[in-house]
Amino acid sequence: MTTEAIQTDLTEETEARSRPSAWSRLSQNLSARIGGGLLLLIALIGLFASFLTTLDPTEINPSNRLKSPGHEASIRDDEGKKHKVTAHMGTDSLGRDIYSRVVYGSRISLVVGIAVALISVLAGTLIGLVAGYFRWVDAIVMRIMDGLMAIPAILLAISLVSLSGASLFAVIFAISIPEIPRVVRLVRSIVLTIREEPYVEAAISVGTPTPKILWRHVLPNTISPLIVQGTFICGSAILLEAILSFLGVGIPPETPTWGNIMAEGRDFFQIHPHAIFFPAIFLSLTVLAINMLGDGMRDTLDPRMDRNI
Amino acid sequence: MAKISKSENSENVLEINDLTVRLPKGADRENAIMDVSITIGRGEIVCIVGESGSGKSVTAQTVMGLNPPDQLSPTAGSVHLNDESILGVSQDRLRQLRGERMAMIFQEPMTALNPVMTVGDQIEEMLEIHTTFSASERREKVLEVMEDVNLPDPKKMADSYPHQLSGGQRQRIMIAIALALEPGLLIADEPTTALDVTTQAQILDLIKDIQVRHGTAVMFITHDFGVVAEIADRVVVMRNGRVVEQGTVDHVLSKSKEPYTRMLISSVPSLTPPKREPIIKGDPILQTRALDKIYGSLGLFGKGRVVHAASQVELEVRRGETLGVVGESGSGKSTVARCIVRLVDPNGGEILIDGNNIAGLSQKGIRSFRKDVQIVFQDPYRSLNPRRTVGQSIVEGPMNFNVGKVEALERARELMRVVGLSPDALDRFPHQFSGGQRQRICIARALAMEPEILIADEAVSALDVSVQAQVLELLDQVRKDFDLAVLFITHDLRVAAQICDRIMVMKLGEVVEQGPTASVYADPQHEYTKLLLDAAPGRDVDFSGAASI
Amino acid sequence: MATYLIKRVFSVIPVMLVVAVIVFMMLRLTPGDPAAIIAGDAATSQDIAQIRDKLGLEEPLIAQFGIWIGNMLTGDFGDSFYYKRTVSSMIADRVGPTLALATFTIFLACIVAVPLGTIAAYKQGSWLDRTVMGMSVVGFSVPVFVIGYIMIYIFAVKLDWFPVQGYQPISDGIGGFIYRLIMPSMALSVIFIALIARMTRTSVLEVLNEDYIRTARAKGLAESKVMTRHALRNAAVPIVTVIGFAVAILIGGVVVTESVFVIPGLGTLTLDAIQGRDYPTVQALIMLFSVVYVLINLFIDVIYTILDPRIRY
Repeated sequence: MTTEAIQTDLTEETEARSRPSAWSRLSQNLSARIGGGLLLLIALIGLFASFLTTLDPTEINPSNRLKSPGHEASIRDDEGKKHKVTAHMGTDSLGRDIYSRVVYGSRISLVVGIAVALISVLAGTLIGLVAGYFRWVDAIVMRIMDGLMAIPAILLAISLVSLSGASLFAVIFAISIPEIPRVVRLVRSIVLTIREEPYVEAAISVGTPTPKILWRHVLPNTISPLIVQGTFICGSAILLEAILSFLGVGIPPETPTWGNIMAEGRDFFQIHPHAIFFPAIFLSLTVLAINMLGDGMRDTLDPRMDRNI
Repeated sequence: MAKISKSENSENVLEINDLTVRLPKGADRENAIMDVSITIGRGEIVCIVGESGSGKSVTAQTVMGLNPPDQLSPTAGSVHLNDESILGVSQDRLRQLRGERMAMIFQEPMTALNPVMTVGDQIEEMLEIHTTFSASERREKVLEVMEDVNLPDPKKMADSYPHQLSGGQRQRIMIAIALALEPGLLIADEPTTALDVTTQAQILDLIKDIQVRHGTAVMFITHDFGVVAEIADRVVVMRNGRVVEQGTVDHVLSKSKEPYTRMLISSVPSLTPPKREPIIKGDPILQTRALDKIYGSLGLFGKGRVVHAASQVELEVRRGETLGVVGESGSGKSTVARCIVRLVDPNGGEILIDGNNIAGLSQKGIRSFRKDVQIVFQDPYRSLNPRRTVGQSIVEGPMNFNVGKVEALERARELMRVVGLSPDALDRFPHQFSGGQRQRICIARALAMEPEILIADEAVSALDVSVQAQVLELLDQVRKDFDLAVLFITHDLRVAAQICDRIMVMKLGEVVEQGPTASVYADPQHEYTKLLLDAAPGRDVDFSGAASI
Repeated sequence: MATYLIKRVFSVIPVMLVVAVIVFMMLRLTPGDPAAIIAGDAATSQDIAQIRDKLGLEEPLIAQFGIWIGNMLTGDFGDSFYYKRTVSSMIADRVGPTLALATFTIFLACIVAVPLGTIAAYKQGSWLDRTVMGMSVVGFSVPVFVIGYIMIYIFAVKLDWFPVQGYQPISDGIGGFIYRLIMPSMALSVIFIALIARMTRTSVLEVLNEDYIRTARAKGLAESKVMTRHALRNAAVPIVTVIGFAVAILIGGVVVTESVFVIPGLGTLTLDAIQGRDYPTVQALIMLFSVVYVLINLFIDVIYTILDPRIRY
């Protein structure tokens, strides 16, 4: 072979196709843009709730019960002066301002969603990595995960909350537990695929210790799918929290959450549907925004992955 | 019988004239193929040869009308099948022509057959689409064509699913489907590439036989000049979407003046082993004794499947020597390699590295021996972590053994030069390199460990023939320069002939023959070795100017 | 084949054992005397002593677990102190409406979703595909009780086509039975239509890239047959898998839907039991739902061996 031949090989179809960065691809994705924008708006509403509302979301006002949207009420402030305020979304059966409750409710929803996503992704990744790499752990862990998955998520969460007492932390904990097995399965399946890759075998044969192999060669492959999965978990956690509150087995009823507002409005639904519809719109839009963002991320970050259920 | 072609007044079954097919925007070139003109006459086998990206498959799929229309659309030229222009023809007419006038078989017979349908039903479907036969007539015809392609016991096999058949049988089923209606044109797209060499020989014989009996025109796409020599009447050489040359097989193989054709042919390794300097006797650095590897377990009820992937394998390799391990798929050759690198744990026997048995060592105990044995894998696209720079991949090993980063990088730069790459490329990522370049990087990564033993597990099998020759030469060069013991695993007898001092032939986990390369090739002792050598396509053809390296 | 099936049937045991341990431990790990918790607020000290005795609370934990499992295996799910009845008799009373709702829902979801997903895949990138996919994201995101209330508001309150809430057993006439099931099962099926349509689309798309689809086209087969005979048949395994997973979501959905439409099924029983701190009932219901989930997935694994001849071990 001549040096000329080497030259041919060197110049041969060098695919220097510079792929656009993940971020720029994501920002081109319509679904991600709509979802991300909407979510940002809702996050801002939650963040600036105190500036957006005029009434205390927990204040009970018996004279203002079950008013329709747009009702004008007068309240006394701390100094005893009377103010005219508008209940944009009406009031509930205890006379609380639904608008204020809905605005504050976005805080709880987002906190629950983000906290559950973080907890379940972190715990699930750790368990999944270990299970995927060490066979004897795998057998035990996966049986436990199968068992956990066999219990319907809502029932598991309801029972956990009911046993540990209704509180924000209990709800976050109770929703995280059923999500963990899904993350474990995802991470484990990635680990099982990646550990067969020749580049991992090459790393083994150059003497790279197992923890380093996991960290350097395996873990980076889980990041994109986990971001996507975490987003979907965030959405379903918000949904599940609302369901728990709605069924009366979630966060204590005086706390303004979308589920609680709806639970409170159930009995008067036929005359006053707004107590259900306003929080329902916010809840649905938030979950929709998160799912659209998740779809967009899956299409751009990780096109092969499908929604892991 | 189905409607046979109405008019065959022309001798040419297929005429492609100045065909140009455009690639979608953003591809590395504008056209997939350009100004391609090929004619195939009745009873003629025309081979289209080219390396990857030459446009040979696109040409075939355009004739069949199987290209995705929004991605690969013909922009100029014409295609005539039995004098009927078929480029702009309606989808209905095209569907009618497929199967009746032209049929196609593919590279992977496993994936080309529907896994959830019996093979009999899949043949029958062809008759169902194009004929008015009754169910019993169809069944009869199915058995008839199965017999025609020499499948044993058609009645029983018709009710089998594809996964229950061997690779060769599946390809025969594909051929049976294609020929059920006796089309005038058969397009075969690398039909033997995925098959073992002995099976390949049988399928080639079958295609030749059928073509003679039925007078079928065959367009045969391949990258393998051995196959060309075996089967072609005429040859079309393609490169980067253009026809470089066409002519009779004798002309192209031995009298071509085209530099590209000559380069391709001279890259084909010869089946005759070159003279190699005898290895100075010394103690073997690598030895296995009675090495055993069993996959699977008997299971709870003793009914599990057990594969004896390697049994009682004995081998030894000295410094500066290349031992070739040759065998078909399932022979256990890769298992032996993976046991020696301890990527899998052997079930029994000894693996001696410089006299130390590493077979029973724990993953911790093995660590100090990791430096001594290094491996280069088959797939250049999956052997390097796509997220890490080439430099990071090369220095990973030395840094595991406490070599400082600066020193490791310096060694990496030096090794890049050794494998013929620029040291400045160290901070690039794998996707910026071609397949051949990546294999060079993998060799550099292995050398960075300063090993005593280098294992090449089908390391050149995924490469185009011209690149293959270069990587082979590099491997032989580093063997000399670093005084390495090389274990060279391959299914390719031509490649093995060129690079190995000694050859070991494996079949179903057992070593059937072992000896110096020249004597094994000249005078094979075991029946199986003879079979393998006989099956090597183009064995009688002397590729003039054969690349003796 | 037979070995596979036997193995698969036996694999149910460890899963159910894990479920049983979780359900058992949930009550034991809660601070306080399990007997007192089970007995509820209205219990006398004799009641509590009697429960302690029955649960073997003086025994070590593992023995208590054994007693509990043993009782359940003999069909004794304990007594509800809240309702003063045996748990099994209550479950028997309430199982009908839940079964009807769940069956209706899955049936409805499959006949709508599979064709939708297949067409979306075939017309990938078209407006139809985008609409189906867009609707499916919405279907995922709107919770079932919101859909339920929207439907009640439109079809019951405003249009007066359907009764607002309620259930009628099949024994009181099949017409009324179906009539009252339509709205709840439509509301509940939305999420499954979204889920199954998406999965169908994905797996059909994947199959359409396979070589054997090219082979089928190379034979000259019409596109409609390529889709049904080759693509859908091969895509069936992931679709059926999703239906199996959906059972878990379905059970949760049933609880909510029954609550919204006031259907006297197992879902409302669960909620009442939780709110009444009627733990023997809660435990039995969770065990029951999990058994159903596990058995349905076992059944689906058996279907695989019919759908895909390659699956044997």
